Amino acid sequence: MANYDLIVIGAGPAGYVGAIRAAQLGKKVAVVDFERGGGTCNNYGCIPTKALLKNAELYHDMKHRAAEFGFKIEGLSFDWEKIIKRSRDVSQKGSAGLDFLFKKNKIDFIRGTASLDKAGEVKVALADGKMETHTAAKILIATGCVSREMPGFPFNGKTVISSKDALQLPAQPKSVIVIGAGAIGIEFAYFWNAFGTKVTVVEMMPNILPVEDTEISVAAEKALSKQGITILTNHKTTKTEATDKGVKITVADAKGAEKVLEADLCLVAIGVSPVLPGGKLKIGLTDRGYIQVNDKYETTVRGVYAAGDIIGPPWLAHVASYEAIQAIEGMFIPGCKPKKVGLFPGCTYCHPQVASYGLTERAAKEKGIPYKVGKFAFMASGKARAIGDTEGFVKLIVGEKHGEILGAHIIGADATEMIAELGLAINCELTLDELHDTIHAHPTLSESVHEAALAAEGHAIHT
Amino acid sequence: MPVVNMPKLSDTMTEGTLVKWLKKEGDTVEIGDILAEIETDKATMEMESFDEGILKTIYVKEGGKAKIGDKLALILAEGEEEEAATEKKPASKAADKAQGAEEGKMGKSTEAAGSAKKAADAPKSASTSRIKVSPLARKIAAERGVSLEGITGSGPGGRIVAKDVPEAGAARPASATAPAPIKLENTGGEETRIELTGMRRVIAERLLASKTQIPHFYLSIEIDAAPLMRLRKEVNAANEAAGQPKTTVNDFVLLAVAHAAKQCPKVNAAWGGDHIVQYDSVNISVAIAVEDGLVTPVIRNAQDLSLREISTAVKDLANRARNKKLKPEEFAGGTITVSNLGAYGIEQFYAIVNPPQAAILAVGAIVNKPVVNAKGEIVAGQRMNISLSGDHRVVDGAVGAEYLAALRKLLENPALMLL
Repeated sequence: MANYDLIVIGAGPAGYVGAIRAAQLGKKVAVVDFERGGGTCNNYGCIPTKALLKNAELYHDMKHRAAEFGFKIEGLSFDWEKIIKRSRDVSQKGSAGLDFLFKKNKIDFIRGTASLDKAGEVKVALADGKMETHTAAKILIATGCVSREMPGFPFNGKTVISSKDALQLPAQPKSVIVIGAGAIGIEFAYFWNAFGTKVTVVEMMPNILPVEDTEISVAAEKALSKQGITILTNHKTTKTEATDKGVKITVADAKGAEKVLEADLCLVAIGVSPVLPGGKLKIGLTDRGYIQVNDKYETTVRGVYAAGDIIGPPWLAHVASYEAIQAIEGMFIPGCKPKKVGLFPGCTYCHPQVASYGLTERAAKEKGIPYKVGKFAFMASGKARAIGDTEGFVKLIVGEKHGEILGAHIIGADATEMIAELGLAINCELTLDELHDTIHAHPTLSESVHEAALAAEGHAIHT
Repeated sequence: MPVVNMPKLSDTMTEGTLVKWLKKEGDTVEIGDILAEIETDKATMEMESFDEGILKTIYVKEGGKAKIGDKLALILAEGEEEEAATEKKPASKAADKAQGAEEGKMGKSTEAAGSAKKAADAPKSASTSRIKVSPLARKIAAERGVSLEGITGSGPGGRIVAKDVPEAGAARPASATAPAPIKLENTGGEETRIELTGMRRVIAERLLASKTQIPHFYLSIEIDAAPLMRLRKEVNAANEAAGQPKTTVNDFVLLAVAHAAKQCPKVNAAWGGDHIVQYDSVNISVAIAVEDGLVTPVIRNAQDLSLREISTAVKDLANRARNKKLKPEEFAGGTITVSNLGAYGIEQFYAIVNPPQAAILAVGAIVNKPVVNAKGEIVAGQRMNISLSGDHRVVDGAVGAEYLAALRKLLENPALMLL
């Protein structure tokens, strides 16, 4: 039994970041997690999928675009197990890096399952079955979420799978049905399709990546369809059946016309559900089952805080880390008033990539904000042509009167890297003038951001 | 062990720049020797030594800045030793940074460092000369004609963001002392309660803000209006013959205001909080009395307009102002304001600055009065008074005076405006 200033439950991007921030502030900190450090992000999410997607992009280019670049590749093949292993190794390295960071910050990393019976005390069931109890002035719950099951269609790890299963499949599936065309569904669809799996994506909403700007969603849909993915938007899943050999899924379009799809397996990517810590302590929940917190990220129990996916959407690693830092600074820096998440970037790493920050055109319209649009296609970018990646465009939603950047939407190569500039611009309330005034390096894809800003006032140079 | 500190060399000085050291480390210093040249907000001045001895250490290098009281140098009496090295606290900003880094390396409590940073994040008082403000907030404030000074920013480091900018004329939040509603006593007679119109409210709030927040100064000049009246007579004779409307004295004044502003562009400017904007074009806000108030629509690029064009523009604006037909954008973008009460027989008055503009001109009536001519004789003259109210943050007395002199020259020699 040890006494800490802070015990963090969960070693994901909320938990470990919060723990390190608290240690930086001179606090004695422990982190409890039954898995290795890094949470879903490092172990089953952001990072390993990006490893897989790099493989997919490379393979796609070698298989379909070698001739265009002047390569002659004969006998191109891949080793599925090694592809998966590379991804797992990347996660492993991230986790090892985290062990180092914990050590460096003198944070005790306790491997076990935490439960809360009362404020100020954390019980840990260690891997070997032993129980430990530790005390702490403050507790931060950062237990995150897991993939949500479809009612009547439970995960079985083989034919009905979650994203966690999807990135460690022992063999390449011949055919896959993906239910849900959010970022996770689309990334896996792209990955499998690149390796030749027959992929069908089923989405209830009228567009894939439904949270994105409609124009972007439509462009992404076109690009992915061209790559060979079958996309069924406006389709509801009406019947599901899992067998040992595969799945049989009935979908219906808006008019009710039914269609039966069969595949080796089905990835259910329809959202997540919260993972609450066990124990007798009663913590207030929201109506959707997430932990309820106040302005200081404190739960209904004094001294017990929560941050990250467990307090509800958006379920994003970067948002989780931000919340955790805010929560910790609110706890330990006198007079500090923690901030809540306002705007945040959203990224999808298929190819072409999709990234956005701020208002969609739809939202600007709904809110009745007078706006104008600045758009620039990568087709007109010298750098895009040089690297042979001319799909997509930059779209800026800009305040009509003052030219402040309200929303930024990019589809194209490296869109997820380019969005950072626009996040800063929106966060600092920059206007078109400041973007115009910033010299962008030539040749870069980012020049297209500059051009889109010029286009908003009708004077892009290269269109 | 005398330490030389940054002296206060002017009333308004808060920090000085060390332009040049005239003594170097190791030099012998006598009382009254000039040690260095310091640049203040007003001038470059010499700093004398009040001590004698050896100039042991210079803390602020040439080009460095230091606040009043910061250490600049150390003078040791002969034979005196410098005390512990820890005393050696450089005052320049660059040195401060280096020192901060050193402390970091020594592993001082990071908590303290973190807290200090957070504390510094707390909204700062607005007394710092540089106002932290987002580009959007700056644009909104300019549009609304709201000064950024005194606004408490809610962004990082007290930065003013869009939502902090009050509505034009809105009562200042928090810190600003909003006066309690005034309770009027009953005078016993009949009284009528007149509810404030939107325009009246804006006039009240904007002018209160201007008069209380802007350091006003006033200049006045008397102009020999006889040549102007002669020219006007000729012009109007021609107008009449051509069936054109009459040209008013005010039309001439507006033309002269524009031309003079091109000659003295420093008055054609605005206060931007942490900077001054000087405008190339002269957009004259013309004060026009309307029912229950006044409006100030703008004649754009007045410097490029002919007398007739100005005359037509004013008549059009005045007409539409009285019929409430002006568009919002026609009120925006003025760079200098002219108010003329001559038609009411007012000989002289002073106007309140129309922010963010730096100057407003108040034009009086042309009156016949005895004047002393160049020969020293008392003769009948025609005179007109024009006064300028200036925002002293932007325009100084001499600049305002130069402007009025230029204005007088043009009005007394109206042919010059035809050039």
